[in-house]
Amino acid sequence: MVVPRFWRERRYRYSLIGTRCPVCGTIYFPPRDVCPKCGRESVGKMEEVQLSGKGKVYSYTVVHQNVLGYKYQKPYVMAIIETPEGPKLTGQIVDVDPEEVHIGMPVHAVFRRIAEDGKAGIIQYGYKFVPDKE
Amino acid sequence: MRDVAIIGAGETKYGEHWDKSLRNLAVEAGLKAIEDANISAEDIQAIFGGNMSAGSFVGQDHVGALIADFAGLAELNVPAIRIESACASGAAALHAGYMAVASGLYDIVLVGGVEKMTDLPGDMVTDILAGAADREWEVFFGATFPALGAMMARRYMHEYGLTREQMALLPVIAHKHGAMNPDAHFQREVTVDQVLNAPMVADPLTVMNCSPVSDGGAALVLASADIARKYTDSPIKISASVAANDYISLHERESLTVSKSTVEAGKKAYKMAKKEPKDIDLAEIHDAFSIIALLGIEDLGFAKKGEGIKLAEEGQLYYDGDLPYNVSGGLKAKGHPVGATGVGQVVELVKQLRNEAGKRQVPDAKVGLAHNVGGTMTSSIIHIVEVM
Ligand SMILES: [Zn+2]
Repeated sequence: MVVPRFWRERRYRYSLIGTRCPVCGTIYFPPRDVCPKCGRESVGKMEEVQLSGKGKVYSYTVVHQNVLGYKYQKPYVMAIIETPEGPKLTGQIVDVDPEEVHIGMPVHAVFRRIAEDGKAGIIQYGYKFVPDKE
Repeated sequence: MRDVAIIGAGETKYGEHWDKSLRNLAVEAGLKAIEDANISAEDIQAIFGGNMSAGSFVGQDHVGALIADFAGLAELNVPAIRIESACASGAAALHAGYMAVASGLYDIVLVGGVEKMTDLPGDMVTDILAGAADREWEVFFGATFPALGAMMARRYMHEYGLTREQMALLPVIAHKHGAMNPDAHFQREVTVDQVLNAPMVADPLTVMNCSPVSDGGAALVLASADIARKYTDSPIKISASVAANDYISLHERESLTVSKSTVEAGKKAYKMAKKEPKDIDLAEIHDAFSIIALLGIEDLGFAKKGEGIKLAEEGQLYYDGDLPYNVSGGLKAKGHPVGATGVGQVVELVKQLRNEAGKRQVPDAKVGLAHNVGGTMTSSIIHIVEVM
């Protein structure tokens, strides 16, 4: 892959910018050009909105496979995080003992390196999640 | 729309075919189906081939053309188109072939499905299969396909109290059936303990909760129902061919424990076939992961939400039970050459409905259902077939 592939998503991945449909108020992440609920009424009207980065674990798993670009991270925790704004996000949970991860656990997003190395050697960045401090 | 019948069926053995290429597998399956249908090359008016990712698995695209060519059809200039819907590519090809005959455009078509997966190391296969999910917003962050399946399972366990021990019953049943299928990738029975103690892929799914990486091909010959008896004494009618889709990524869905695409496709398929779940004599249900099969059983109306596993506990899913499930061995034991799977499921139904399934024959099978999904149940394609 070449750099533009990752560069073009940087605002959304680095700053958690999604979109809000002004017709029905639903917030989406990643951004969408069309609201699935409002269809054509929403076209051209979707507004950018920044998520707070807060959330709770909706589901999770511990990955034990050899995964391209992630080989040296295994085992790692993957999760779906429910945000207070509405959208759910897929991301890793880090700085945590995998045994302690549970559904409902409060977490927040942090900016991290995602993959050690892609096929073209590009280092990719984006969000991961860490547990909230008690 | 006119009625469509299956007049021929064939498939390769599924497994690790070190000695066979993509084209070898496709041609072997296609020729078996053509021979079974008792037709000649001149009778085939079009080919629809299901294939997920030959471009990535073996660097070959334009798969329709390749297969038609090596099946000996280049001189006849038969049109051949490859159809893709991830792991549901096979059923998608059948859906396309069904439409082509039902519409009246063609009278006889060949539907194929093929995947050659074992020419690459495991981590690359995992990466290619992850392309069935959202590459930029799921896979980018480290979600593999089994990881997504595992998150469906974890959520289901949280909502309905399912245990790993209960979930292990599904691969046990699939392997019991696979042991009776000479074309299955794995022809041995397994125990609940073996499923639980197998290496963990993505917690709570062990390798025994996941379908294997297989090579294989499957093919069907479809004909307009009014001419089907010219070729065979036992045509099988396609009573329903229905597809439905959902959000591609799991995180966009309201629930991880119900597949809206399967529910929607199921409802429409039953209506189209004028059938209810109780009319189905056997079902091939997509079990890429045990949890997907469990959702399939429930979302197709065979059990209430949260209670699907009871059918397994009560023994109803065995080939001699009330709802024979994956009597072929399913994706888990028969194997999952992704592009072939959806076609192969219907090949099994044809064998069963013709009473040619040997040791695993379901007694008195008249109506069968095949449920093939792409991605994390993103695309669901359902076929109902019955004896004519
Ligand atoms: Zn809207």
